[in-house]
Amino acid sequence: MSGHTSPQSSPQASSRTLYDKIWDAHVVSQADGEAILYIDLHLIHEVTTPQAFAGLRAAGRKVRRPDRTLAVADHNIPTEGQALGVDAVADEEARLQLQTLARNVKDNGIEFFPMGDIRNGIVHVVGPEQGRTQPGMTIVCGDSHTSTHGAFGALAHGIGTSEVEHVLATQTLRQEKARNMLVRVDGQLGPGVTAKDVALAVIGVIGTAGGTGYVIEFAGEVISALSMEGRMTLCNLTIEGGAKAGLIAPDDKTYAYIQGKPAAPKGAAWAMARNHWTSFFSDPGAVFDRTVVIDGSALVPMVTWGTSPEDVIPVTGNVPDPESFPTPDKRAAAHRALDYMGLTAGQPISDARIDRVFIGSCTNSRIEDMRAAAAVVQEAFLHGRLVADHVKAMVVPGSGLVKELAEEEGLDAIFKASGFDWREPGCSMCLAMNPDKLQPQERCASTSNRNFEGRQGRAGRTHLVSPAMAAAAAIAGHLVDVRTFLEETV
Amino acid sequence: MQAFTRLDGRAVPLSLANIDTDQIIPKQFLKTVDREGLAKGLFYDFRFDGDGKEIKAFVLNRPDYKGSSVLIAGDNFGCGSSREHAPWALMDFGILCVISTGFADIFNNNCFNNGLLPVVLKPEEVAVLMDEAKGGNHMVSIDLEAQTVISPSGQSFHFDIDPVRKDKMLRGLDFIGETLMHGADIDLFESKRAIGQPWLEL
Repeated sequence: MSGHTSPQSSPQASSRTLYDKIWDAHVVSQADGEAILYIDLHLIHEVTTPQAFAGLRAAGRKVRRPDRTLAVADHNIPTEGQALGVDAVADEEARLQLQTLARNVKDNGIEFFPMGDIRNGIVHVVGPEQGRTQPGMTIVCGDSHTSTHGAFGALAHGIGTSEVEHVLATQTLRQEKARNMLVRVDGQLGPGVTAKDVALAVIGVIGTAGGTGYVIEFAGEVISALSMEGRMTLCNLTIEGGAKAGLIAPDDKTYAYIQGKPAAPKGAAWAMARNHWTSFFSDPGAVFDRTVVIDGSALVPMVTWGTSPEDVIPVTGNVPDPESFPTPDKRAAAHRALDYMGLTAGQPISDARIDRVFIGSCTNSRIEDMRAAAAVVQEAFLHGRLVADHVKAMVVPGSGLVKELAEEEGLDAIFKASGFDWREPGCSMCLAMNPDKLQPQERCASTSNRNFEGRQGRAGRTHLVSPAMAAAAAIAGHLVDVRTFLEETV
Repeated sequence: MQAFTRLDGRAVPLSLANIDTDQIIPKQFLKTVDREGLAKGLFYDFRFDGDGKEIKAFVLNRPDYKGSSVLIAGDNFGCGSSREHAPWALMDFGILCVISTGFADIFNNNCFNNGLLPVVLKPEEVAVLMDEAKGGNHMVSIDLEAQTVISPSGQSFHFDIDPVRKDKMLRGLDFIGETLMHGADIDLFESKRAIGQPWLEL
């Protein structure tokens, strides 16, 4: 766009970041010092929308673009018996919430994949899987892990329920622009090191508030080499570093992933869309307010020890001393975390004996996650090793379609033969709104995204790990290095 | 949205970093279709033990902090889940202002959309308030117009706030109504988009 400066362009329009470009392309107008930003895709679910629809009704307002809205039921659904339908959901409040969503989408003409529909699943698995998520878009959802969709070069972030109502009514959001951060991950990941480990390592470096006020673009050799599913895992966890959103510029892998998906552009529209998408990258010379460089070759499998995602160490490391933290509130939080987690400063983290394993969540429940975990389980099986006797392990695929594909590939049989429970899709024990939850003091190796107090069940203890690490922990019966666990004596 | 102008009230100190919205209101309270009545879930696992008995030592349960309307919190308050139930629960409990060295982004937005004022002060200022709030007198004053917090001992701290947000907070605006005034701009944007990106119109 030369020779023409639209009022929506930033002043130094010559060199822009990927974020700048998506932002500029969506500014509807400036109002009272804020931008009104157009939203291309609004994903909704049962938990954060009932009050928004009630607000619309009370004000006599309509959903502006039901066609740009997609609904799923994921947060509070049980992971068994889904074919029986919502009326069979035992939890009365959950059932009412699901029925409320069904009524709201029907009243407003919004496409909805209800519980039991093979297309239903975790909202951040479904959007990409359906081809709804596309490069250069703005995407919002009343869920903080909406950052997942940044893997496609879409500006995607979580919003509150008041903002859900605002988007339903106006298809826009009032926004102030965030700053630009670049996280470059150089080198090559070693064996057993995954996108999850990269994400946890990044949070360990910047801290859980380190991204506050920023949109983070991920780049570098390691990012280019990641699959789309790995990129989704990485962007998913951007919110755990406090960032507004995570972004990765689209490339051939991105286009290949989208092509042929149900909502992907077809025929002549495909060429047109693809051409549009290729403009979304950071220009050479674009200025980032902060740059963080990480040596990907030096990374090892990571595990959290505390109750914040920033409480992360290599699986080969020891639990830190709370007194080593810089500020009084952080020292207080670390003492509380060790007490809560039942750990001692200085102990090797791999000593921690586990009771439960959860493989699932919007972070790690896609087909590659299933395959990565199943590969470890199968290898152990060939060594005569099964899920440890004292461990209850469950696998929850991210959607009905992931479940179906995994079953076609025989992954469910591998899990079941080893002693894993193979469940139906949903958010499940990532946030434990449904019947899947930890008992007090139970320790869990989990592929989810939050190790907060009580997150997976009251007084439950969560260690965040990759799917391969979770599978290895299930078999070893304690936190363990997936790269060497089959060498240890039983 | 409720307007916020000035608040004189008791301050309650909670000196922990990274208090996430799962702590502010645990998941079992999210299965509601209403905004009201969430005070019962506020800091539930801090306030009650496994048998549902009140934990007397927890600061919000102490008689001298009953009726507090200001929370002094550690850094990065409100991180994690986007649940707007967090500010709803705080407000239902009577907390109308939270003071910290920093807030997580989505929680911060949710506060402004409900009329709960998040105030960011310098670490040493939050430390003073935290300390004084632990004493016998823990009355503080927050003046949004003047952008000041007056500590129990009378120290005055200035805070910065985005002028747009300040104005909306003072007036308690209906954000959706304001945006709908720009309906013509949205119409124009949509018609341009329909031409440039027709695959999104199917």
